Amino acid sequence: MNKDLPRWATGFVMPLLNLLSALLVTALVIHLLGESPTESLAILVNSAVVNPEGLSYTLFYASTFIFTGLAVSIAMEAGLFNIGAEGQMYFAGLGLTLAMLTFDSSLSAWLLIPIGMLGAALFGALWAFVPGYLQAKRGSHVVVTTIMFNYIAGALMNTIIVKLVPAGEQNPASRAFAAAAEMPRLNQWFPILGETPLNISFFLAIIALVIYGVVVSRSSWGFKLRATGLNKHAAHYAGIRISKMIIIVMLISGALAGLGSVNSIMGSTHYLSLNFVGGAGFIGIAIALMGRQHPVGIFLSAVLFGALTQGGFDLSLEKQNIPPEMVILVQGLIILFCGAMENLYAPAIAKMLKLKK
Amino acid sequence: MTFDDLHIGSILVSTVRNAPVLIFAGMAGLFAERSGVIDIGLEGKILASAFVSAAVGFATQNPWYGVMAGIVVSMLLASLQAYIAITQKGNQLVAGIAINIAMSGLTFVVAQYFFQQGGRTPDLGSARLFDVVLPGSAAVEHIPFLGWFYAHLIGGHSVLVYLAFALVPLVHWVVYHSRFGLRLRACGENPHAADAAGVNVERQRYMAMLIAGFLCSFSGAYLSIVQSGFFLRDMSAGAGYLALTAMVFGNWRPLYTFLGCLMFGFFGAVQIQIEGVELPVIGRLPGAMIQMVPYVLTVIVLAGLMAKSVAPKALGSPFVKSR
Repeated sequence: MNKDLPRWATGFVMPLLNLLSALLVTALVIHLLGESPTESLAILVNSAVVNPEGLSYTLFYASTFIFTGLAVSIAMEAGLFNIGAEGQMYFAGLGLTLAMLTFDSSLSAWLLIPIGMLGAALFGALWAFVPGYLQAKRGSHVVVTTIMFNYIAGALMNTIIVKLVPAGEQNPASRAFAAAAEMPRLNQWFPILGETPLNISFFLAIIALVIYGVVVSRSSWGFKLRATGLNKHAAHYAGIRISKMIIIVMLISGALAGLGSVNSIMGSTHYLSLNFVGGAGFIGIAIALMGRQHPVGIFLSAVLFGALTQGGFDLSLEKQNIPPEMVILVQGLIILFCGAMENLYAPAIAKMLKLKK
Repeated sequence: MTFDDLHIGSILVSTVRNAPVLIFAGMAGLFAERSGVIDIGLEGKILASAFVSAAVGFATQNPWYGVMAGIVVSMLLASLQAYIAITQKGNQLVAGIAINIAMSGLTFVVAQYFFQQGGRTPDLGSARLFDVVLPGSAAVEHIPFLGWFYAHLIGGHSVLVYLAFALVPLVHWVVYHSRFGLRLRACGENPHAADAAGVNVERQRYMAMLIAGFLCSFSGAYLSIVQSGFFLRDMSAGAGYLALTAMVFGNWRPLYTFLGCLMFGFFGAVQIQIEGVELPVIGRLPGAMIQMVPYVLTVIVLAGLMAKSVAPKALGSPFVKSR
């Protein structure tokens, strides 16, 4: 972050310019693939924002992304780069599913939803604990260990899901949960949303954003958290126990990533399936970087990625040369421009501001 | 279960065939990190080079053009990383991750555009790199052990395999016994001292990154035009990260990094061999569990349970010239 520039420039203008750069490169790639960038943009905006059903899907994806974005953000505040949200959310899906398969026939929706969330958060936290512990106590870099844990989760779930497949079924998925275990969908109250999976997880995500904002920037614990991220040595001399902090932050981060699976499973499919995460954990990295770990920024970036995911699907249907995997490229470009080259335009802006003075 | 069920011979041969992907990438990472730049973008460079090598190799029906095209792409990506890490002084980890993710998407999109086969390139067929048959292989073939050793373990591999193994002593010499290597290590350990001694730290780091890009491209080329004969979506499957781990395991030293690569290559070979084989006590291991072994092992290595590794001191921090 550049300290010579006013806050509006670093917090708003620069991320916007970086985002535009990423989209410009995307437009160039689309052009090289022989499709029209402007036409593609029109299709994307129309199917992801203008049309109410599309908007509903956008917000549905955004609900998951807010949780994975928060997971990466809170770790980043403590100076930890958690690349493992993908694996944490995947493993959390198992916790949620085990809870549902045990209780869904006997309990009511009022109890099932909190139990499902608890199961997800618990398993997500568990999957983040080991990398956190190893970083805190053994100094193994959390980046590499969380990457390894993504691969381990992938391999582990391959074996576990096969065991959950009901007899006689071929699909690598668990049995569907009882109706009581389904998150209430918003189209009950807003029929205009159509048959879309947008559910109350969206409000849970908003609540999580608010809690995150208050805890990180208003509580004393949040101060210790940021102090750890800004200068570990200074924080240590100020009496903060760094290793304990690292472990706790990783637990929270994993739990948040885990909660993302509630929207995906209880809100939409109602069963555990292979690779259900589909990159949401990696998108969390892009969201955290683009949103600069600020709740409003995270919300806006999550909605943007929701729109890219939803619009990207429709775009791939209409444009033969643009597969849905295009979103992965855009994601990488956004991380590149908004994360790694975040100060790309700082000298230019500084120059412009000085000229005005 | 008898000794023969484990096919020790074929495990050793496939260890030799698995290792080059990791050796090239490991040596690449070593140059980058010894100069002080974290190279977590190995994975993306491998993937990009694997795709471009396969695509150009197929289009021209000449594997060597494929290799050359792979070198260009991988060095371009390395330059981008260098620009971010050295000139922009940006976050090196984030840059690497971004390149990995972007390449995972871009290679699929472009492969789909050109070949319409679900992100796969067509089989290279005869455009694959040929295997070297050592002179006299046929003559010694029938001699027990020695024939196998000469014709199949030492001989019968692609040129790139020999290049990978020959690279290790060369890198060792460059890093420890050349002027370039001395400056390289100085930049990674104490760039300010190197600067004071008249070394151009930024130029040294750029050079190191370009060498890393050059070496890393062979990893990708080997994957697509030697091992499989086509490009497949995300076919690197973590090889870049494993190579990086082999380097951490080897304490950023070429010879030990090489041993780490061999170890991972060995586990990859074992995984294929013992899949479906009935083992004593544990019984049959599911494939996915064996798949986990290198990753779990990596975590154990990283946890320092085998040896404590010491990274170059200036690793990951951009060099700001003091005035």
